[in-house]
Amino acid sequence: MEWRGKPVWILRRTPEMLASLPKNDSLVADPNSDKNYQMPVPAYAKNEFRAYEKHKEVLVVVGICSHLGCSPSARFAEGPQPNLPDDWHGGFLCPCHGSTFDLSGRVFKNKPAPANLDVPPYMYLSDNKILIGKDEKGEA
Amino acid sequence: MGAAFKETKLPADAPKSHRALAWVDDRFPLTKLWNDQWGRYYAPKNFNIWYLFGSLAMLVLVLQIVTGIFLTMHYKPDAGLAFGSVEYIMREVPWGWLVRYMHSTGASAFFIIVYLHMTRGLLYGSYRKPRELIWLFGFAIFLCLMAEAFFGYLLPWGQMSYWGAQVIVNLFSAIPIIGPDLSLWIRGDYVVSDATLNRFFAFHVIAIPLVLLGLVAAHLIALHEVGSSNPDGIEVKENLGPDGHGVDAIPSHPYYTTKDLFGVSMFLLIFSSVVFFAPEMGGYFLEYNNFLPADSLKTPPHIAPTWYFTPFYSVLRATTSDFMWVVMLGLAAYVVLIWMRSRLSYKAKVAITVIAIVAEIGMLFLEAKFWGVVLFGSSVVILALLPWLDHSPVKSIRYRPGWHKSVYAVFFATFLTLGYLGTQLPTPAYTLVAQACTLLYFSFFLLMPWWSAMGRFKPVPKRVTFTPH
Repeated sequence: MEWRGKPVWILRRTPEMLASLPKNDSLVADPNSDKNYQMPVPAYAKNEFRAYEKHKEVLVVVGICSHLGCSPSARFAEGPQPNLPDDWHGGFLCPCHGSTFDLSGRVFKNKPAPANLDVPPYMYLSDNKILIGKDEKGEA
Repeated sequence: MGAAFKETKLPADAPKSHRALAWVDDRFPLTKLWNDQWGRYYAPKNFNIWYLFGSLAMLVLVLQIVTGIFLTMHYKPDAGLAFGSVEYIMREVPWGWLVRYMHSTGASAFFIIVYLHMTRGLLYGSYRKPRELIWLFGFAIFLCLMAEAFFGYLLPWGQMSYWGAQVIVNLFSAIPIIGPDLSLWIRGDYVVSDATLNRFFAFHVIAIPLVLLGLVAAHLIALHEVGSSNPDGIEVKENLGPDGHGVDAIPSHPYYTTKDLFGVSMFLLIFSSVVFFAPEMGGYFLEYNNFLPADSLKTPPHIAPTWYFTPFYSVLRATTSDFMWVVMLGLAAYVVLIWMRSRLSYKAKVAITVIAIVAEIGMLFLEAKFWGVVLFGSSVVILALLPWLDHSPVKSIRYRPGWHKSVYAVFFATFLTLGYLGTQLPTPAYTLVAQACTLLYFSFFLLMPWWSAMGRFKPVPKRVTFTPH
């Protein structure tokens, strides 16, 4: 998905993926998304799932690393693997400088990236249709 | 007021060429320029192989300009057409592949030569008084070369072009307050786009080359004003012969013309083997991912800058928030060292302390990302300070204490290790090594005022070391 020339990811997470997220709370730098990178975090994304309560399995984030703007790659497989920690629960790895993000786009501690992946303003038009760039509070 | 104009009178049977030259010389100092800058420029007679790289750098500069002009004739600076036009040059334009490979190999060759040229300066203390300005002009040339390489790398509009530019432009966004707007201003768009490509093209083909040529002229004028140093690090101008030139100096023409021409032939031998047989150099000179068109939605899984940037890039990547504690500790220790063991004035010490305190506070409150960029910049800029950091009583490594050679060996090994790590994907172990190397790299320079003056120095001879062959 392209929005304003940048990639926007829409990811439907499995129940196992969702269950792994609270385990990361102590490992990520900003578990509740208090800081932001380029756009303010919408209120509905200030939780560990970073999504609407009603559709918490669906993650919508701008796929641009808050370090120097590379697009992280998906590393959903769990367990030890190259360039990732052994207790990996799945997430994203930025190929440029090695920042890692969990399946909610939250950056892990002690990585070059200072902030979580941005959640753009978005709203559900219906259960299966999302509008990006606009939410109940107004247009971005 | 100069003397009145006087036409040189030559005998009636003088050859036409002599008359023409005399006519020009009366109006423009052609012969004088040639003699001042090269023909009668007296240089020490003991130059070794390290002294070839200046003229080789000049050769590659000309090569880059000439091949660049021909590439510009067929290249299209348009995000929609750029990638295709480079492939068009490679496949359709007669000899286009050769011109392009010469240009891309030339870029790497330029950096190899310039790094060797700088190594020479480091080994023989070429930057020491009275050659500080030569070094500074040379440093500015190095900065221009990096800018030129960076702007040029976007032009093929491949994946590495695109994401490399994205990362480097975003470095500016790490600056507090003005950063994000600054990088927006540089890009001319919210993302790297056609606007970015067009302005980078303008910088690459005209702005930077103009500055570069001016700096090269300044570098050479300053050199020919104070005269060349040499591997013994002694001033040949202090021992003049009856002809008014140093007894150990010889005119550049024909002596160094011949030597440099031999160097040129050796260089071209290596250069052409790369151009014809390994133009990509295993992905180091031309990265494989750059043969894919730029895609703003997908970063290649392994992204690394071209090899000549990797040592500095490693410093950037080594700066994590944990490492900042080490940096803060190091900085504090350095300030203590300055108070205890430095001959700097009281004012200078206070100034350094104030700057250090501001930096320490900044390190507490600003993100490691910003300090990564600061260390990255400092690792380049610190080179410019060498003439003032080196306090050794002799210039050349030949007359320094034996253990100084080990210090230099460790430094070069550190630089190469950082360079290697910069080409690799980061792992926790590699990051640790890069952090250790970053500390070593900065220690080499920052502690130089002390270590460079320590130890037992050998006596410097009055005449240069030279065996006729």
